[in-house]
Amino acid sequence: MPRGAKRLIPVVAMDLYLPIANLSVNALVMIALGAGVGLLSGMFGVGGGFLTTPLLIVYGIPPTVAAASAATQVTGASVSGVFAHMRRGGVDVRMGGVLVAGGILGSLFGAWLFRLLQQSGQIDTAIAVTYVLLLGSIGLSMLREAVAAILVARGRRPAKPRRRRHHPLVAALPFRMRFYASGLYISPLAPLLLGFATGILTILLGIGGGFVLVPAMIYLLGMATGVVVGTSLFQILFVTAAATMVHATTTKAVDIVLAALLLVGSVAGAQLGARLASRAKPEYLRLALALMVLAVAFRIGLGLGWRPDEIYTVELN
Amino acid sequence: MRRALLLLAAPLLAAQAKPVLVPDVSQREVEIAYSFTGAELLLFGAILYPGGRVPADDRRTDVVVVVKGPTESITIREKEKVAGVWINAQALRYRSAPSFYAAAASRPIRDIVDARTRAIYEIGLDSLQLSPASNAPAEVQDRFTRGLVEQRRRAGLFTETPGAVEITGGVLYRARIRVPAQVTVGRFTAETFLIRDGRVLAAAVRDIDVRKSGFERFVAEAADRHAILYGLAAVALSVLLGWAAGRIARRG
Repeated sequence: MPRGAKRLIPVVAMDLYLPIANLSVNALVMIALGAGVGLLSGMFGVGGGFLTTPLLIVYGIPPTVAAASAATQVTGASVSGVFAHMRRGGVDVRMGGVLVAGGILGSLFGAWLFRLLQQSGQIDTAIAVTYVLLLGSIGLSMLREAVAAILVARGRRPAKPRRRRHHPLVAALPFRMRFYASGLYISPLAPLLLGFATGILTILLGIGGGFVLVPAMIYLLGMATGVVVGTSLFQILFVTAAATMVHATTTKAVDIVLAALLLVGSVAGAQLGARLASRAKPEYLRLALALMVLAVAFRIGLGLGWRPDEIYTVELN
Repeated sequence: MRRALLLLAAPLLAAQAKPVLVPDVSQREVEIAYSFTGAELLLFGAILYPGGRVPADDRRTDVVVVVKGPTESITIREKEKVAGVWINAQALRYRSAPSFYAAAASRPIRDIVDARTRAIYEIGLDSLQLSPASNAPAEVQDRFTRGLVEQRRRAGLFTETPGAVEITGGVLYRARIRVPAQVTVGRFTAETFLIRDGRVLAAAVRDIDVRKSGFERFVAEAADRHAILYGLAAVALSVLLGWAAGRIARRG
């Protein structure tokens, strides 16, 4: 049991040894963690990896094992969503295929970057800084958007007409092709690059990248909103599966026992979250998600500046 | 007169016939299974004095038990504040460092033996002999070694407990040493030292095998030797669980 954890959490005798992380954890705590993250992912439609990885690290799981096993968990969390969206035609398979191809290339590049950073000893700092920048900027823009939507909903501000268009840079790329379901005629290079970037994030941070993909699909690519969430889940499903494979063969840090515990909690939590979400107003949900994302970014940011408990760290050669 | 002669001759007699240690361990094998949260080893044994006679002043005989885990080749990194952020700066490599070290003694180790003897037998946390693979000034190496000891001590992997060895009747000793769950698997050694007047009179070693067993061993081996199959199994497991949950929820 990691330092501190035993005091904070009332321990029911459910200690379970994780064969890859090489330590024992309280199984109920891990399932509860998965359930909490699953609840949020069901409510907000995000994978929840951005919460799982930092929470596992706080619990004492080695960062690499945390990122690798969180990626495996996100795969499971996105499966039922993909099926649901497929049934109602909410997935642009062609667009998704291009994104997945980019994502797989990105995860391979990410694995190379991971090793490079690990060898120079900067992997933990790199992960933390990326989290702060990514969550901070996305959290802020979500907050702005949600507050504006709430003001519109209360009738204090007139609704701005939303025009669907893609970014001028996207329009400038060559080899255009048609994506019928998305209602787009753009170069496949744009989604390929987008997939590539999220693939890197999946390997480094153990996140599916939904909260990067969804805004990018809407504001950069200009996709039809009806297929955005389904297509992003489609990409997440395949890219997190690829990331699991990459981790299994390179870092060997996928802990199947840990992933299973998280999964059991999260798949159950996700169903409950989806039901809760149908009763809440979407703009308030987005506001809550924005605040939560900012809180995580703020906490990790503080950790960078505080004097760490451990000045010395040991790693195996 | 006779007593004085005997006192004079005592060191000579002791040097001629040394006592012998007969050590044992409660477990020769520690198996890590699903509910493993660490193990408590009981190290015990007997001190056999020549002629079966315990010296009259047996108070001054001390026993130290040292349990060491398999050695590893490691890199120690030191964090420094750069531009407001704590990042890893300097690093030192070591060819071999124990993954686990626990010393139990009948009295504080510093009171039992001097620094030189401690260094020779690696008795005590301040006397570990690490073999650095990088060139660095002695004071830097000392700083890193202290850093390693401090880090592992907090993780419960390095311990030193004076007073943890009980000696009964001058001939039987026993000590308990806790092995936490996060130990490196492999061959551990338990060394027992009999110390008198600052000299090591007898030493004995027993091996303890710490290994994963059953399902845990299967998973660890699969992850290492059949990485692709293991990865596929992890993906299949998550897809199956996710799909099943979706099915159940749709029916409900």
